[in-house]
Amino acid sequence: MDLGPYLLLASLEGAVAAAVLALTAVGLSLVFGVMRVVNVAHGEFFMLGAVLAWWFASLVAGHPAFGFVLALICAPLIAAVIAAAADYFVLKRLNYDPEATIVATIGLLYIIQQTVLMTYGPDARPVEAPFNARIYLPWFGYSTYKFFVIGAAIVLLIGVWIMLTKTRIGLVLRASQLDSEMALAFGIKVDQVYAMVFGLGAGLAAMAAVLVVPIQQAHYLMGGDPLLLSFIVVIIGGLGSIAGTVVAAILIGMSDGIISVFFSPTLAKIIATLLVAFVLIFRPTGLFGKRSI
Amino acid sequence: MSAAAKSVWLHGGVITLLFALQFVLPAYHHGNLARIMVLAVYAMGYNMLFGYTGLLSLGHALFFAAGMYGLGLTIAFLDFAPSPALLSGIISALIVSAVVGFLALRTTGVAFMIVTLMFAQAGFLTILLFGEYTRGDEGFVIQQPERVLAGIDLTTPGNRYFAALILFSVCLIITARVVQTPFGKVLIAIRENEDRARMLGYDVLRHKLIAVIISGTMSGAAGAAYALLFGYVGASFAAVQYSIFPLLWVLLGGAGTTIGPLVGTIFMFYLIDLSSGLTSAYMLIAGVTLVLLTLFARQGLVGELRKRALPWLP
Amino acid sequence: MAALNLLTTKGLSRNFGGLWAVHNVDFELPEGQVRALIGPNGAGKSTFVGLLCGRIPASSGSVQFDGRDVTALPAHKRIALGMAYTFQITSIFAKLSLWENVALAVRRKHHGDANAVEGGVKAALSRVGLADRADQLAGDLSYGHQRLLEIAMGLGQQPRLLILDEPTQGLAESEVDDFKKLVRNLAGETTVLLIEHNMDVVMDTADMITVLNFGEVLAEETPETIRDNSAVQAAYLGTG
Repeated sequence: MDLGPYLLLASLEGAVAAAVLALTAVGLSLVFGVMRVVNVAHGEFFMLGAVLAWWFASLVAGHPAFGFVLALICAPLIAAVIAAAADYFVLKRLNYDPEATIVATIGLLYIIQQTVLMTYGPDARPVEAPFNARIYLPWFGYSTYKFFVIGAAIVLLIGVWIMLTKTRIGLVLRASQLDSEMALAFGIKVDQVYAMVFGLGAGLAAMAAVLVVPIQQAHYLMGGDPLLLSFIVVIIGGLGSIAGTVVAAILIGMSDGIISVFFSPTLAKIIATLLVAFVLIFRPTGLFGKRSI
Repeated sequence: MSAAAKSVWLHGGVITLLFALQFVLPAYHHGNLARIMVLAVYAMGYNMLFGYTGLLSLGHALFFAAGMYGLGLTIAFLDFAPSPALLSGIISALIVSAVVGFLALRTTGVAFMIVTLMFAQAGFLTILLFGEYTRGDEGFVIQQPERVLAGIDLTTPGNRYFAALILFSVCLIITARVVQTPFGKVLIAIRENEDRARMLGYDVLRHKLIAVIISGTMSGAAGAAYALLFGYVGASFAAVQYSIFPLLWVLLGGAGTTIGPLVGTIFMFYLIDLSSGLTSAYMLIAGVTLVLLTLFARQGLVGELRKRALPWLP
Repeated sequence: MAALNLLTTKGLSRNFGGLWAVHNVDFELPEGQVRALIGPNGAGKSTFVGLLCGRIPASSGSVQFDGRDVTALPAHKRIALGMAYTFQITSIFAKLSLWENVALAVRRKHHGDANAVEGGVKAALSRVGLADRADQLAGDLSYGHQRLLEIAMGLGQQPRLLILDEPTQGLAESEVDDFKKLVRNLAGETTVLLIEHNMDVVMDTADMITVLNFGEVLAEETPETIRDNSAVQAAYLGTG
């Protein structure tokens, strides 16, 4: 194959990665933006989405599309409920103290991951895509499902954006983000808003995982990479800035696809982790953002 | 009795107790306690930074691994004898902690946590990247002939216990001493109110950097000793989990207490030991403990004891 | 006063997002003087002393302390040269004993000399009347006593220049009287720069008063003459 088609393939793969990453990272960014909580367990909600998708798919007989649609609706909901409960029973009681919440979300990470290990087991399991027709480009065939993932992510992101900018919920969120005490004074139930945001963040990660699990398999340790990548995206995109997050996700997702064609994945990850560290050290507001941690 | 005298009695008592235990413990627990003492050194190193200076690092596995690989790789590839290898491990940790401290201390709070986490992760991945030499996750074994330190064969349980006890005692005494010195008091002042400490004329950054270096070097000494005493070097000791462990031990035992790290390590070690007999998901215990500690007992066991009954505990 | 100037600023300015909190201040403080710094809220008093002791970096201008340009020095180095600063909002080590709080202030000068530290701590605590509480935790003190502890920490440093940022805020009447006595006792021992709202305290303690308004020096007078200064009255009362 020439370099051209090779790059096209890498770009397509990059676009899929970027789409999934954008959804996951927006969830993390939203939680940080509104609640100032760094959710280290975010990757586990992603994993939970994938594992639940496998479970729903195995529950429903017949065409794989039935199980998939069921998973797409139910898996994010379950993840969201678990997250909202974690917020209510743990984070709220810590008064959202930044260091204590990180320690608690590390605990949460292990609780979710290990519970899945105990119930779902250590195996990686595939989920069948709802449809799998291939589009034949002049150089190679490409799965239509992957195009669907890109499209679905765009639709969902637009949905989140509309929710944040055009609805009353978005107004409430932005008010809570600016000043939680003021929001309280105006009769906004900040407790409920926080639980909802934490649930929404986890739900978005789970949704991203449901979309990606027919391409990637479900495994109890799969949460690590999305967490790291989301961190990178959120920090580079500017903390709490949704638009910056999406731009950074596209940038990182695309380049990750292309870089991993040329470098070993381990080296790529080393570069990525050091990038996060050095951005935080030398440009704590992120490359595009205005606020620092 | 003065604070200094109480400190001597307390720490002397702990060391004496650990010395005496080797004669009464059954073989299994005897072996465990040797391991626990080395890990408690790691926890004490962590405590110096987290408990006394108030800096929460999520990347101490990097220092532990620097000690471990500083010893292991020089034995494996440069044919170092155990004592220079041990020194090499400790110096590696010292250098790594100085560099990490220098960079990471430009940040504070949550950013400091994430930066240390990322550095440690980069270190872990680097070990995997050079798998040809480090043997990656699989790791490598240090053979018996390379584990004879100054004529003492560290592969026998008795010698191993004794070596662990000596390392532990030295580090306990260093910790107990440091926190009594003016330098240690400044660290505590920084933990309590950084701005105030600065406006009393103390160079906060310099104190923090020295704290990172003491903490990292002690952690590295534990890593090197672990490799030497138990004969194994592997990447899993550099993974995130090994950054979380000392946090867990110190939180459980009591941050900012001299004997808390030992107490926390003993409890957590046996909690995980017991549960790993029941399930492979033993890290569940770690997760639940972390959440419960942050919710209900931020002071940890020794911290609660100090608060309720023994306010003099150092 | 013919004494040397302990502290001098030239054209000292600080800009916060386009606004001059402190603008072009030339200020001289002779050794041994008790100087009060007054001005309406938002006049830039706290910013000004922040610039002096290095908590806030200057936008332009210079600070000289004890004949030395300290403009580029970080806060802790200026403190080490002999400044002491007590916080406007009480800032103590709540979980440490009073003794340890003051010892931290004393110790920097007497490395390792335990007797000197002991003596310094006792002296500083006695001066503010807290000697009998040395073993209590600072966090358990009443607000007024915490203010006094803060002052004791300033005294414990045996500074050449003691900067007190609204020390009497929140003190009871009797405590304010004690504070006045304390400052009068300090006169001649050390140089004092006092930000103060309570005009009683200012009139009774200060040798000289500097008035700041909108970040600039409006007047510099003795307590006797300042009452008649119409510009000062206008700044305070909004009348001309």
